Order: sequence, then structure tokens, then C-alpha cells
Amino acid sequence: MESIIPLAYLIIFPGFLFLAVYGMFLQWVDRKLCAVMQNRMGPPWFQPFADFIKLLAKEVIVPDAADSAMFRALPYFAMAAVITALVSIPVSGPAALFSYQGDLVAVIYLLTIPTVTFFLAGWSSTSPYSTVGSMRVLTQLFAYEVPLMLSLIGPAILAGSWNISEIAAFFTAHPVLIPSQLLGFLAALIALQVKLERMPFDIPHAKNEIVGGQFTEYSGRLLNFFLLAVDMELVVGAALVNAVFLGGSLGFAGWAGIGVFLGKTLFITFLLALLKVLMARIRIEQMINFCWKYLAPVAMAQVAFDIFLKFKLG
Amino acid sequence: MSKITIPLGPQHPALKEPENFMLVLEGEQITGATVNLGYNHRGMEKAAENRTYIQNLYLIERVCGICSHSHTTTYITNVEELAKCETPKRALAIRTLFAELERVHSHLLWLGVAGYEMGFETLFMYTWRDREQVLDCLEMLSGNRVHYSINTIGGVRRDISAEQKAGVIKRIDYLIERTNYYIKLALEEPTVAARTANVGKLPPEVAIERGAVGPTARASGIARDVRKDEPYLIYNELDFKLITHNTNDVFGRLVVRALELVESYKMIKEVLNNLPEGPIAVKVPMRIAPGECVNHYEAPRGEDIHYLKANGTDKPERLKVRAPTLANLQSVAYMMEGGWLADVPLVIAAIDPCMSCTDRAVVWDPKKGRKQVYGWEELRKLSIEQYKRRGVDFTRL
Repeated sequence: MESIIPLAYLIIFPGFLFLAVYGMFLQWVDRKLCAVMQNRMGPPWFQPFADFIKLLAKEVIVPDAADSAMFRALPYFAMAAVITALVSIPVSGPAALFSYQGDLVAVIYLLTIPTVTFFLAGWSSTSPYSTVGSMRVLTQLFAYEVPLMLSLIGPAILAGSWNISEIAAFFTAHPVLIPSQLLGFLAALIALQVKLERMPFDIPHAKNEIVGGQFTEYSGRLLNFFLLAVDMELVVGAALVNAVFLGGSLGFAGWAGIGVFLGKTLFITFLLALLKVLMARIRIEQMINFCWKYLAPVAMAQVAFDIFLKFKLG
Repeated sequence: MSKITIPLGPQHPALKEPENFMLVLEGEQITGATVNLGYNHRGMEKAAENRTYIQNLYLIERVCGICSHSHTTTYITNVEELAKCETPKRALAIRTLFAELERVHSHLLWLGVAGYEMGFETLFMYTWRDREQVLDCLEMLSGNRVHYSINTIGGVRRDISAEQKAGVIKRIDYLIERTNYYIKLALEEPTVAARTANVGKLPPEVAIERGAVGPTARASGIARDVRKDEPYLIYNELDFKLITHNTNDVFGRLVVRALELVESYKMIKEVLNNLPEGPIAVKVPMRIAPGECVNHYEAPRGEDIHYLKANGTDKPERLKVRAPTLANLQSVAYMMEGGWLADVPLVIAAIDPCMSCTDRAVVWDPKKGRKQVYGWEELRKLSIEQYKRRGVDFTRL
């Protein structure tokens, strides 16, 4: 019985099932919000689920030139890394399921794994579109990783902890300090947008340039799990930003905690959707310039400010 | 870095019609590009020879889905010229009205496509929503949204009532407001500027050398517009500016098209307010006297040229269509080279390509029974020989 409960956590809440369902729900929210902002109808609420079921039934085609075992394993790796990352992020209450000192760094690296699998997926597909797409994935990884990391360091310095749950608890205890993190919060949101490869940073799979990018050769079930991993990444990314910058569940637990979590992640999704509809897709070299010239210095300024604040507060 | 060759088309999300561009990439940069035509050949010119002049109207209208009025008007001008028919003034005014409405609908469509190709879907959705207004105008006036079928030999089919006039003006007023918003957006939104400025450069001398037409040429600072150079219909009575821009890039093409929209709105109002009285059509005999005729016309995409040869029967002996895209495609390969892969869809879209209008240049030798596509060198040699026989020597040109 003792060993079943952690397993239930992993599989049902806040693990796989919750992530998958909430990920698809957020995908719908995102699509619907964009549609409304663009003066369209948008899909019905069950569209992501219908897409999921349809893709499950489709044939899986593995290119002859691809390494079959790796090609098939990669989507599951991406998904597993995302689920593992959520385990250390507080969802329904003030504390995460398994929290330890340094889990912030671990989560950032776990969230890098999906991007690496995207690269490998494109590279092992060997078609020209996916090769270009995977090169773009890697280029993008080197552009956003530093600003994202820097922007998450600021609150950690202020809270004096590398533990996500402790950072959330710190901001819950000192809500006045939340507005002081505005710059870092915005930098983290934009870096998250780049990480999730959403408009205007969907350069690796820009459809009118390189068709499906790194996923061009993927089909059926395998594509489905990649797309699901992307949806889950949105949830985990929003949860991470929520816990680090906005004080997580704000001390609520149980159903109230879940309510706070859902409300705040929905708000973050709204901000991300707003970013998505506001701009034209930029070129890869413009994206690198933007991340290094503007995003990284902004995140750096926040870190410097946080160090200053830390000394001031004692 | 090693080079990769990427095929863009014939089936590709960036292309609305089948066409092939082979791109040689070094990293993200393009070092070479070739354009391959001919996926859309429909044999329309041959088909035109087997139909009567009236039947051809329906065929010619379907050369292109967007500039359907342009093609029929050019064709009809040829027929009327050969038949020596005096087209009523009111019919010419109504044709001009449709021509400008068509330009508005085509340019708004282009704005949306450009937004889509630069990954700005909101712009795409907004412009296409507003384009519905002009499509409603066309539907109200002609009964059709795309193939208006307003032209007939000797005039037009439908007259315009006062009620319709008020409806069109109301919708045009709304569009003027929206277009001013898009112009502001194009000039102020930083990502649009980042994606279009210095992209697909076409210097004026190259544009002239490669025979660019329409907005593509005008964005390179070449003041070339058939409506001004050789006014047809009632353009010599209308007050409008010839829009040019000198940035030579996609941004210039965007600005030229947006400002042309404003000019078109002005013209539409002017035509509607000064519609001449009189009949809308005259009778033209079925058989057209022998003769040859060439006419050109400023379609939304550029200069459209039709050649017609009549032999005294009720069917043309030869009809040749030179659509504007064919003239502009020569510049595309130049514009893509040295650019980024990400800009390719936008550069192609910036000439507003209409491939199905264009594809009709395949050489087929029935004696040898083989198909052949002529390259530049062969075509040059052939044309020099042809002119030598006529007594003109172009060898040194």
C-alpha cells in the first residue's frame, strides 16, 4: 500500500493523467483565445481530444534512413522528462511532491530534454526539411536557455534557496516583493514562449518555410505523443513561472490550492496567447539577437536588482 | 558548412499553386535558386481557338481566379477593336469600376497572404474579414463574388442602380477606415518592419532588365503603370496618383499596394458619382473581320498583355495571354539569392504570384514527338534568327 500512493501521484495527480488532460485543455484555451482575438470562431472544447484520438488511429511511418529504435523512443523520452519535471513543482499545495535543495536547476535541465529530443527527432529523420528544422531547434536552444535560466535565478537569490517550493513559500510570506520581480517575470514569459516554439518564435517548425520542421517525418502515434509533450510543457512551464514568480498556491491547499493553480496558469496562458497574436514571426538571426541583446540583459538587470534588494533587506 | 538543396514545391504550404523552387542552402542562407514552371498548364490558348468569341469570355474569365475581370477586359478590348465597335461610355465606366473593385479585392487578399507568409496570422484574419466587404460589393453589383461575368462583347451585362451605388459607397467608406489602420500598422509594427525591410532587394536596373511589372516594379522606383502610360477604359478622365516607392524591397511592395488601395477607393467613388448616362451595351456581329490586335491592361499584379488574331469566322485563330506573373517570376530568383530561407515564402508572395495564369510556355515538337523547355540561350538565339529574317539584327544587343 505504501508504494502504491507515490505511483498514484505519478500516474494520476499531479502526474501523467492530470498533465495530459490539463495540457490538452490549455491547448484548447490557447487556440480559442487566439481565435477570439483574431476575430474567428475557434475550435470546440473537445477538439484537442478528438485530434488526439484521431492521430492514435493513424498509421506510423518510419523513414527507411532513420534509426528505427531511436525514432520510436524519442517522443516517450520527451514526455517522461516533462512529467518528471512537474514532480518537483508545487501544484495543489504549498509544497511539491518531491522537493529537494537544487530542484530548480534540475527542473530547468529536465525541461531542456524535450528540446534535445526535438533536435534528435529532426536529425534522425534525415529529410531536408527536418534537418533544417533540427538545426533551428538547437540554435534556438542556445538563444533562450541563458535568459530563461537568468530570469529564474533572480527570485532564487532573493529567497535564498534553490528549492522551488521554498521560493514559492518565500513569496507567499512576502507578497509585497512580487511586483519587484516584474522585469524578470516578463523575461521568463518571453523565454518560455521561445522555449515552447510558439508564435512569433515558432521558427523550428515554421510551416510556410520548412513544412513541419523537426516533426516533418513523424506521423500517427509518435507525432501524437510529441504534440502531447509540447502541451504538457506548456503546463509545466506555466506552473514553474507561477511557483517561482507568483508565489505558487499562495498558501492554499487541497481544492482551493488547485483552484489557485488553475486560475494562475490560465492567466499565464492568456499572456502567452496575447504574445502569439500580436506579432509576425521573426527570422532565426533576429531571434538570437533579440534573446542575447535584449532578453538576457533584462534578466541580468533583474538579478542585479535582486542582489541589491537582498542586501538592503539584510 | 555543407550545402543542402531544399525543394520548395510543387507541393508546399507556402505555395497556393503548384510551382517549384530549388533552393541551395548554406546554413540558413540561400546561395542559389532556380524557378521551375509548368505544373499548371491547362491548354487554354488552344481551347480558345475552338470556341466562339462569346464562349471564350467564360474561358478567359477562368484564366485567373483573382484577376478574372482583367483578362476578360483585355480580351474584349481586342475583340471590340477588331470588330470596330463603339462601346458605350457607360459600359466603359462600369468596367473601370469593376477593375478597381477587383484591384481592391486582390490587394487586400495579398495583404493577408503576406501576413500569413511572415507568420502574422492576425493580419491575415483581419484583412480577409475586411475583404468580404468588397466581395459583397461585387456580389451586389454582378451577382458573383469571384467570376463577375460583367463583361460582354460590346458592353456590360448589368446596369448599376442608385441603391447599389449607395451600398458600394457605404462599404468603401468602411474599407478606407480599415486600410488607414493597416497602413499605420505596416509602418509602426516592429516585427513587420523587421521581416520586410531589406528583404528581396530588387534594384531598379535589375527590375528593368528582368522586365518586372506592376507593384513589383513600382516598389523599385519605376513609374510604370499602363493606366497612366497608355490610358484605356476611362482612366484618362480619372484623378489618381501613380504610387512608387524607392526601398526596392518587400516593405516597399507592401507600402505600394496599401497606398494603391487608397487610390482605388478614390477612383471607385469618382466613377460612381460621375456615371455617364446612356446604354450599357451595343450589338456586335458574331463574325469578326480578319486582323491582329494587341492590348495591354494594368491588372492588380501588373501589366497583362493579350494578342488576338481573327480570321473572319466566329472563332479566333490565335489567342496569346502574357500574365503579369510570368514577367515578375524572372526577378524572383534574383531576389531570393543571398537571402534567408525564412524570407523565401515572403519574397515569392511579394510579387503576388498567380501561377495558373502563367503556365503556358511548353514547346512540343509533333514531328519528333518530344517535349522541350527552352532555356534563355536558346530562346535568345531563336529570336535573333527570327528578327534577322525580318531584316533587323539584334546580335549585338
